[in-house]
Amino acid sequence: MKSLSGYSDASLCKKLAGYIKRLAKDLGRPVSFMEVCGTHTMAIFRFGLRQMLPSEVHLISGPGCPVCVTPPSYIDLAIEISKIDGVIIATFGDMVRVPGTHSSLEKEKARGADVRVVYSPLGALEIARKNPEKRVVFLAVGFETTAPTVAAGVLRARQEGLKNFHILSGHRLIPPAIRALLAAGSNVDGFLLPGHVSVIIGSGPYEFIPKEFGVPAVVTGFEPVDILLALRMLLSQMSEDRQEVEIEYNRAARPEGNEKALEMLYKVFEADEGQWRGLGRIPESALSLKHDFRFLAAEGVFDIALGPSREPSGCRCGEVLRGVLEPEECGLFGTSCTPQHAIGPCMVSSEGTCAAHYKYERSPAPLERA
Amino acid sequence: MCLAVPAKVIEVSGTKAKVDLGGATHEADLTLLGQAEIGEYLLLHAGFAIARLDAQEAEKTLEIFREMEGEVSKRLQ
Ligand code: SF4
Repeated sequence: MKSLSGYSDASLCKKLAGYIKRLAKDLGRPVSFMEVCGTHTMAIFRFGLRQMLPSEVHLISGPGCPVCVTPPSYIDLAIEISKIDGVIIATFGDMVRVPGTHSSLEKEKARGADVRVVYSPLGALEIARKNPEKRVVFLAVGFETTAPTVAAGVLRARQEGLKNFHILSGHRLIPPAIRALLAAGSNVDGFLLPGHVSVIIGSGPYEFIPKEFGVPAVVTGFEPVDILLALRMLLSQMSEDRQEVEIEYNRAARPEGNEKALEMLYKVFEADEGQWRGLGRIPESALSLKHDFRFLAAEGVFDIALGPSREPSGCRCGEVLRGVLEPEECGLFGTSCTPQHAIGPCMVSSEGTCAAHYKYERSPAPLERA
Repeated sequence: MCLAVPAKVIEVSGTKAKVDLGGATHEADLTLLGQAEIGEYLLLHAGFAIARLDAQEAEKTLEIFREMEGEVSKRLQ
């Protein structure tokens, strides 16, 4: 697809950066934009975009890494379930190393628990089909991008009459988290909205951001040109005193979203209050199985009494996720906490903000500021 | 984790498609999309196609930028 290669064109990036610089200078004050999505954080660091921006434009990473925002109680529950005889845990890879209060799935696996990494909920279904004598628990973690794929898996399990497939829903929703940040008095001047969450939900659910909080927002793709274009769009909104939700990623995300995926999602799940690492309890921010599907919920199948859950001591991931602390300000960053020996999920996850800073900010000679 | 990658459809059978992803063939479940046509590009996430990519929109966005850029450099000359 010829037109897609244009989105990583270095000379286009340079020109865009110049344009951003002019707009920022005209605005005459420093601005802070939050990229909500972990995949954006990684792209921004991988392409060195922070170094291309003028000093007036400050990028802040937000709560958009699903593994990072999953609270320790969820991980503790998954760990306890993994210890039960005859259980297979199926999970996306990033969850395996996240530390719970006393252990991690990786440690339990080393002690003999059956923990298997899958790339799709369909992989978990396949494990259930092949192991009818075992109970398979899929750790259903992710935002609106991932939840419809899990809903499709749940519908298929029911259709096939699979009795040994269960899910532990840890799904979280992005718009309520943005609302919580804004309601808590965040001073973000604009949002780069997550492109792939938006492919599913469209732009409608973000309308409250400009309408209620007067803050511009742009649905953004993941190539360097996408991100720079979106920053330009945010700056244009500011200089023209407009506040809207615009879509830069219009080759994939449409205002109405993916209606078929949404229909499936809400056939299986309903919005519920959810606990977030760093953000606390947020109303309507989690997905629970609807009544008809509750028999698939792992919480109902296994009777587990959890002790109190704790965040790793000294880890400031919660503040990093709210965008109020840079990883370097955490006393453990790069010393006792590194990707090889991660203390908190923001360093464990491949798209965690601490991991991004460790991998890219510490590398030699950043490009000169534009 | 919301990573999704573009892949080109090479074969469709029922609710499944064979897609080309950087030279390697993968299977994509079409349940969340409905149908797909050979030759079009889909966005793949966790084994499912979640969107079709619109090549025209992609090109248009770049065009708009190039035009805008042209005007800016004219203005600066
Ligand atoms: S550097 Fe490690 S310990 Fe510090 S906030 Fe990040 S993940 Fe937590």
